[in-house]
Amino acid sequence: MNNGDQPAIPRIWVLIEQQEQQVHPVSWELLGAARRLAADLPGSIVEAVLPGYQVESLAAQVFRYGAERVYLIDESVLAPYRNLPYAVAVSQLVITYQPEIFLIGATTRGRDLAGAIATRVGTGLTADCTELAIDPAGKILAATRPTFGGNLMATILCRRHRPQMATVRPRVLPMPAPLDTGPGDLVRVPFAMCEDDVPVKRLRLIRAEERPNIEYADVIVAGGRGVGGPEGFVLLEELALALGGMVGASRPVVDAGWIDPGHQIGQTGKTVRPKLYIAAGISGAVQHRVGMSGAGVILAINSDPHAPIFQIADLGIVGDLFDVIPEMIRQVKGYSDARQAQL
Amino acid sequence: MHAIVAIKQVPDTSNVRIDPETGTLIREGVPAIINPYDIHAVEAAVQLKEQFGGRVTVITMGPPKAAEALIECIEQGADRAILLTDRKFGGADTLATSYVLAHAIEALNAEWPADIILFGKQAIDGDTAQVGPGVAVRLQIPLITYAIAIESFDPVARTAVVHRRIEQGVEVLQTRLPVLLTVEKEIAPVRRAPLPRMITAARYQPEVWTAETPVAFDPRQIGLKGSPTVVGKAYTPAPRAGGAIVTVADCGVEAAVARALEVMGILDTVRSSVAASAGVEVA
Repeated sequence: MNNGDQPAIPRIWVLIEQQEQQVHPVSWELLGAARRLAADLPGSIVEAVLPGYQVESLAAQVFRYGAERVYLIDESVLAPYRNLPYAVAVSQLVITYQPEIFLIGATTRGRDLAGAIATRVGTGLTADCTELAIDPAGKILAATRPTFGGNLMATILCRRHRPQMATVRPRVLPMPAPLDTGPGDLVRVPFAMCEDDVPVKRLRLIRAEERPNIEYADVIVAGGRGVGGPEGFVLLEELALALGGMVGASRPVVDAGWIDPGHQIGQTGKTVRPKLYIAAGISGAVQHRVGMSGAGVILAINSDPHAPIFQIADLGIVGDLFDVIPEMIRQVKGYSDARQAQL
Repeated sequence: MHAIVAIKQVPDTSNVRIDPETGTLIREGVPAIINPYDIHAVEAAVQLKEQFGGRVTVITMGPPKAAEALIECIEQGADRAILLTDRKFGGADTLATSYVLAHAIEALNAEWPADIILFGKQAIDGDTAQVGPGVAVRLQIPLITYAIAIESFDPVARTAVVHRRIEQGVEVLQTRLPVLLTVEKEIAPVRRAPLPRMITAARYQPEVWTAETPVAFDPRQIGLKGSPTVVGKAYTPAPRAGGAIVTVADCGVEAAVARALEVMGILDTVRSSVAASAGVEVA
């Protein structure tokens, strides 16, 4: 709250996303970014908003990742997640404390919520940022994001409205190490909304049989149109298994129904930053590249020597993936069998 | 039943090219298309009309050329199309855009209250996914994003059951009507427009709404003036530098793969995962 005539402390806020008492790692990535921004914004403090039901025990972790204060909104109406109670609760808090900057993960929930909060508060929101910095001249947030399908980068400023809101996709920012600090200031925020006032009810949740969390995989073997059909992905699965990794895909093959949308990497899919990315039969359109160019090393396999993927690959193999991948599986398995025998 | 669908005409971003000399975006000659998710939203609305009767209205904010996208929606089975076009609307960010669309929808609601409002999950040029949620807030109606199916829809009891894709699976949600959905492509497969519809569409002229007429928009909330965000600078991303190429036709598949495994350090990955499964520390 504004303390009379004293200048208000610039508060940098991060929304903590939790599902079933598990914090989504993007929240830690955002707290890391918030700490870096705070270093460039004199007098500012990093704070976190933790909405949910029976989530107080999570606050300790939030402090360890650098929040000096946690605003806890703990009410039964906040489980399961619905847009309205979350948007109202968080917007009320924003209006009360007037943070300078507010960062939210660009997850399914974060995207559902961020636009609603920004509209309620009447401020600017920049989606899917890949870089956050404090503009040295104006001491405001410079939020850079890809646009036109990743063909252009734009730095967005929000000069006169507060908070300056931004979302960032998981894995775009590095994961910070937790700090060795004790608990900070826990502020319990009351929120009065009864269940009858919520127009949406969750009848049930059909859990996906397989939950490919490819965002956090260390090794990804991804296939594109060159894979030829759903059966081609069986081969990629086999290589992924041999490497202890997961299977990814480009948009055209997801659109064609060859593989589940949960595997899609790129502008309309997921952002990944594995240590090793193997792109098999992927031409490498810019929409795909924006989702995987943060990989440690990229190996591309394509029969077309002019495929754009070779421009960003650390090593390219020009050849038929149906020759290359089986040979790769053979050599990897041969190596790991020999290792196992040694151990 | 009255369904309103908000659509957007977008540049086909899969065809955007960068000028190799200047490193800037070549905008000329990029074909404009209807945002791919939006056409599925139109189809979902048309299917509801086929089941319950009523009307499908499509609206868009954009340059005069965006009329083409509206006519495509008429072909697809929409009954009425409104083009919100005015220089004063130009330069709008998502906050200003959600104001214009919500205000236009309120005017349409005054004639025939909408039971459902549909948006594509995001537009492929900006990819923000913010306008749909913003409009739901302004209209004070329930919001369901990432909808993949309408399981049931009852305009009399004023409820619907909608499936929504989330990270953990699919949520089955019951909502009051009217509701605003932002939809994935699975919401409805797009059918080929029958010939009579194409003839109707060829003769159709979308209604043009400006910032003043037939509905007056608040000049402080539209266009650049109504937009809190501005573009500070825009540039083409520096590409990640490529590396070596090995060609199977030259060196054979065995040697090519062996080289890749070595250069990429792939065997180190394998070594640590084998070690981990055997419970051994890697030196």
